[in-house]
Amino acid sequence: MALQSCVNIKKEWDIVGARQMGRDIAREMGFGTVDQARIATAISELARNIYLYAGSGKVCFEKIDTIEKRGMCMIATDAGPGIVDIGQVMEDGFTTSSGLGAGLPGVRRLMDEFDIKSAKNVGTEIKAIKWLR
Amino acid sequence: MRIPILKLHNYLLISIQTEIDDNTAIQFQEDLLSKIHQSGSSGVVIDLTSVEIIDSFIAKVLGDVVTMSDLMGAKVVLTGIQPAVAMTLIDLGIHLQNVPTALNLEQGLSRLHQELGE
Ligand SMILES: Nc1ncnc2c1ncn2[C@@H]1O[C@H](COP(=O)(O)OP(=O)(O)OP(=O)(O)O)[C@@H](O)[C@H]1O
Ligand SMILES: [Mg+2]
Repeated sequence: MALQSCVNIKKEWDIVGARQMGRDIAREMGFGTVDQARIATAISELARNIYLYAGSGKVCFEKIDTIEKRGMCMIATDAGPGIVDIGQVMEDGFTTSSGLGAGLPGVRRLMDEFDIKSAKNVGTEIKAIKWLR
Repeated sequence: MRIPILKLHNYLLISIQTEIDDNTAIQFQEDLLSKIHQSGSSGVVIDLTSVEIIDSFIAKVLGDVVTMSDLMGAKVVLTGIQPAVAMTLIDLGIHLQNVPTALNLEQGLSRLHQELGE
């Protein structure tokens, strides 16, 4: 696999494309079925948020392979409206679209590392890692 | 893409076999409600054995479909949720507490028989 593989998110079906690619990479890296499902679900949440709130963007995957640790990193970026109050969107149940408000707090629990950078009218970058045990 | 809905006596049976995108899920919600209305079915089993991921959107659609069917007078049972899917749902904070479930299609059907007293 190349250092980084990306899926552009422009249409609704790209959400499915992104989670399938992510799951394939996770399987190939040796993640078990439960972690594969966690990774695919997290990708689905991030990709849908891009589609819904930013219109378009991309989700990229990177294999982390060092002597101490192996894992899979996903980076979701968009140039959308940005998130002003990060504390608020990380609360369970907070939504501006009549969703469940489960996506972002869910991704934090599904993955091992989670980081969000966002600026109003500039865009959002969310990075999450699952370690291979 | 459309999810097929089968009628068996008084029940509707659905086995979701494909990767579901958001449109398919919404279309399914509409199709099921109109099929309940047309057929006057009193029970529905949705089998999820082949479903590998349920994210927050699909969970919301499934939860809504149970509530809406209930309003119309039909009981819905979800069956065959895979272990990995159950675990990711809990991570998402989704408990589907008021949703009747069963291990497999067969047990789903007997659960309907019991609940509907037929
Ligand atoms: N990429 C993004 N750009 C701008 N705003 C975002 C982005 N992602 C999330 N948000 C904001 O954060 C809120 C919470 O997102 P989250 O994914 O947790 O829940 P949701 O999308 O509203 O519902 P669910 O994911 O359960 O269907 C969203 O309603 C939206 O306002
Ligand atoms: Mg979301």
